Amino acid sequence: MIRNNRIYRNNEVIWETPEDQSLPDFLRAAYDHFSGQYPKFHKMDHLSKLGWLAAEVLLQHRPFTGYAPEQVGLVLANRSASLDTDLRYFDSIKDFPSPALFVYTLANIVMGEISIRHGFKGENAFFTSDTYDEGLIMGYTRQLLYEGAVSAVLCGWVEVMGSAYEVILHQVEK
Amino acid sequence: MRNVYVAADNIFSPLGSTTAENFAQVCNGQSGIRLHDDPAFAPGPFHAAMFAPGQLNMTAFTRFEQMLIRSVQQVLDQGNIDINDGRTAFIVSTTKGNIELLEEQGNPAMAEMELFHTARKVATHFGYTADPIVVSNACISGLLAILTARRLMLSGRYDQAIVTGADVLTKFVLSGFQSFQAVSPEPCRPFDAERKGVTLGEGAATVLLTTREAGIRVGAGAVTNDANHISGPSRTGAELGYAMRQALKGTGLTPSDIGFVSAHGTATMYNDEMESKALHLAGLLDRPVNSLKGYYGHTLGAAGLIEAIIGMRALQQDTVIPTLGFETLGVSQPVLINNQITYKPMQHFLKTVSGFGGCNAAMVFSK
Repeated sequence: MIRNNRIYRNNEVIWETPEDQSLPDFLRAAYDHFSGQYPKFHKMDHLSKLGWLAAEVLLQHRPFTGYAPEQVGLVLANRSASLDTDLRYFDSIKDFPSPALFVYTLANIVMGEISIRHGFKGENAFFTSDTYDEGLIMGYTRQLLYEGAVSAVLCGWVEVMGSAYEVILHQVEK
Repeated sequence: MRNVYVAADNIFSPLGSTTAENFAQVCNGQSGIRLHDDPAFAPGPFHAAMFAPGQLNMTAFTRFEQMLIRSVQQVLDQGNIDINDGRTAFIVSTTKGNIELLEEQGNPAMAEMELFHTARKVATHFGYTADPIVVSNACISGLLAILTARRLMLSGRYDQAIVTGADVLTKFVLSGFQSFQAVSPEPCRPFDAERKGVTLGEGAATVLLTTREAGIRVGAGAVTNDANHISGPSRTGAELGYAMRQALKGTGLTPSDIGFVSAHGTATMYNDEMESKALHLAGLLDRPVNSLKGYYGHTLGAAGLIEAIIGMRALQQDTVIPTLGFETLGVSQPVLINNQITYKPMQHFLKTVSGFGGCNAAMVFSK
């Protein structure tokens, strides 16, 4: 879980910065602390950075091991889809539309970034709702596991809009 | 085990307001793609499949919302359907929803652009009181929405589902594809040697799914991620190929059971090439393949729905729709693409889609 510039694992704060630190500065500091080894991070939008970081925090501690790439899936949701980046891209249109921003104007790109980082090739689904609908996310995840579509899933909520953000990520295995 | 069927469907597009109208136009080789010259969308002329002015005229709703409403209404008009029985899902598929408001209003209320907010507004219009489900997963959204409905119905959560999807052609999306140099200067030519990129479109489509036996059976589906690049497809096609094989396996079929493959076929160099490799890896090179992008353009979050519905009609009429714009094969694998309409008896077809973020989906439909 990432909230108020605090990163939690299993409900314990494992790293934090002052609450008044800006989101870009917080993300940069967290990257330096937890990784520092993945330059592609700097090209990502805030949504992808948040999801990437949360996946890093969970999987460094307890990796998904013993699964074929196609056996690991991602099921994520949020409220604002990619609206945070949409506004930035729309601003760029006035001068010169930025392909580097445009590619992040889809909510599911965060799943692409996590998949590239960890080599996950299984099921993907991105939903949007007002608040974290755990019933939907867990219900869909359970059905994926039950059908045998995947054996392990990273699922949860990755939201950002302006300076407001929240990440809740779970590892679920069969 | 439960089965899921399609009880009713609609396509609301520049080619028509019902599935029957759309299917007739497609069979006649009619395309919705026209040359437009409108500075509100792009500095120069561009090809696109867009609604004619006046086709969308409900003032209380945005263009996006009207497209969904018109499509869902037409499905509900086909029968006595209670969507408020607590056992019906209302699923909306879109990539950009009301993004047009940024262009129209400059500084719109953020809530109006939230996909869920918009989906609830549309669901409420039909008296639906539970929360709708919104799927926003790039260009696989429409097919993934059908697959999501099937899965939630098989899990026992729902007995019925309205699955609707739409995307509007906007300056936002057109400028983005143009910034990638991905927009074709002529109507798109899927799988052709001279293909020069995508042509965009807009439209909506809806299916009513039920667990009671009806016309088309919704088979298994699968989603994969390339884990390779966020804006370019897999170099090998292995991941889409895997999704195809999983969809066949989950339905208990082999490649020879497939009457035709309704491919994504966006007409970009890389996409069509990747698909040809995936078809090879899935053992589908001797099955007829088509792309409907030459009729509709790329309708993004609606594409999977529109193309699946055309596929269902084609299946029922033992028809393989030609690939409009195709002349000479321009991919590395010998894919069976045709620009003439053909007829043959068949029981199943496979629908596939791929999108940004490296996502792929494949799904079987049977009669």
